[in-house]
Amino acid sequence: MTRLRYLKNVVTLALDEEKCIGCGLCLTVCPHAVFSTNGDKRVRIADRDACMECGACALNCPTEALTVNAGVGCAAAVINSMLGGGSPTGCSCSIDPDDASSVKKRPTCC
Amino acid sequence: MNPPRMDQPFVTGAVEPVIGRAPQVSSSLVWPDRWGTIKARSGINRMDYTVDPGLYALGNPNAESPVLVTANYKLSFDSLRSALPGRDAWILVLDTKGINVWCAAGKGTFGTAELVARIKSSGTDRVVSHRKIILPQLGAPGVAAHVVKKLAGFTVHYGPIRAEDLAEYLDRGMVATPAMRLKTFTLSERAVLIPIELVQALKAALIVALVALVISGLGGPDTYTNNVAAYGIFFVIALLGGVFAGAVLTPLLLPYIPGRAFALKGLVLGLIAAVVLVFFRNPDMARWSDRMETLVWFLLVPALAAFLAMNFTGASTYTSLSGVKKEMRWALPLEITAGGTGCLLWLGSRFIV
Repeated sequence: MTRLRYLKNVVTLALDEEKCIGCGLCLTVCPHAVFSTNGDKRVRIADRDACMECGACALNCPTEALTVNAGVGCAAAVINSMLGGGSPTGCSCSIDPDDASSVKKRPTCC
Repeated sequence: MNPPRMDQPFVTGAVEPVIGRAPQVSSSLVWPDRWGTIKARSGINRMDYTVDPGLYALGNPNAESPVLVTANYKLSFDSLRSALPGRDAWILVLDTKGINVWCAAGKGTFGTAELVARIKSSGTDRVVSHRKIILPQLGAPGVAAHVVKKLAGFTVHYGPIRAEDLAEYLDRGMVATPAMRLKTFTLSERAVLIPIELVQALKAALIVALVALVISGLGGPDTYTNNVAAYGIFFVIALLGGVFAGAVLTPLLLPYIPGRAFALKGLVLGLIAAVVLVFFRNPDMARWSDRMETLVWFLLVPALAAFLAMNFTGASTYTSLSGVKKEMRWALPLEITAGGTGCLLWLGSRFIV
């Protein structure tokens, strides 16, 4: 089976190659093999459209070379936040999808 | 923070490391565990399916044994321990409020602060002599490994995504193969998510169906009961058709449906469902009421299927928030407009014509 792909050219992932020290942790934590290494161990973004903006790479980057607007790609969470974190529906997320660290109510997602 | 209780049903005994007593668990799941999994997957008491946070012994671990971290959702805990038959390890359960590792990491409850605090409060730092801790890779969106190292002195090793690969990962000396690091979304991984989607959709559909049945008897040419039979019943069938297309068929056929946006995939299947429904409805296109009703199914069923498919983004393993927002900008207004117009036209076809 071919790998599932989401929308093209939407993700906010960015890499500052000057800051990269080549530790390789982003390669380890990325669940969709977005990164690859050049010969000099420096990392590059090889498959941007595979990124799901989970934020693992940016959080684990010791030099903050990676940035991404991390969030949960969940329509129900977006709707709930539009309704002011109202009653849980769908996957029942009640977090602000723009700020994954803010658990507004009892988290009931996924 | 209290230590985990000894009287939890899955605790088989106790071990006595330096910190006193720690509950012992087995890698064998028994029928209450399996029944609990079925219930959680169906949405029954899913939010209260927890284990106490803290340190557990899998088998008979010692000071050299690996420390494996998981969430306090019992499904997560069970999949971890059942993947390691015949092995001895420490299992450190974080307080994620009963949410699985990946979702909790996305919220930050499976996070750096909780991990650092739990290493100390559970006594993990005194129980083991080494300073390595193994986290599931999907915990990484909530944990900054370099900060854990600085604050707790433990080196975070990100293990494989799937618990079933953990034994091989450990045997390789904590090295994951590239395949272990890729999050898939296979047919079985999609299928297991269908019950919860279906249950939630059917709860809402039940209310709509009851209202539609009551209203359907009022309009139309015949007696109340005959009108319900002629118009109300088919409305419910169409409703179920839309739910089936969006919440069952879309997840199952996901890779094979045209389009990348989930709402588009649902729309495609919803249109096919509408064609099938209208074929069996066999309307008399010479009559205005039948023409109007046929239009209703082509609005209502695709709108519902598209909405439910769009909601499946939250259960999928590869959708980004930026992408979801982008598709929602066109899909949500369309779904609301088509759904609302469909409902009004249906009412109209019952009363006006």
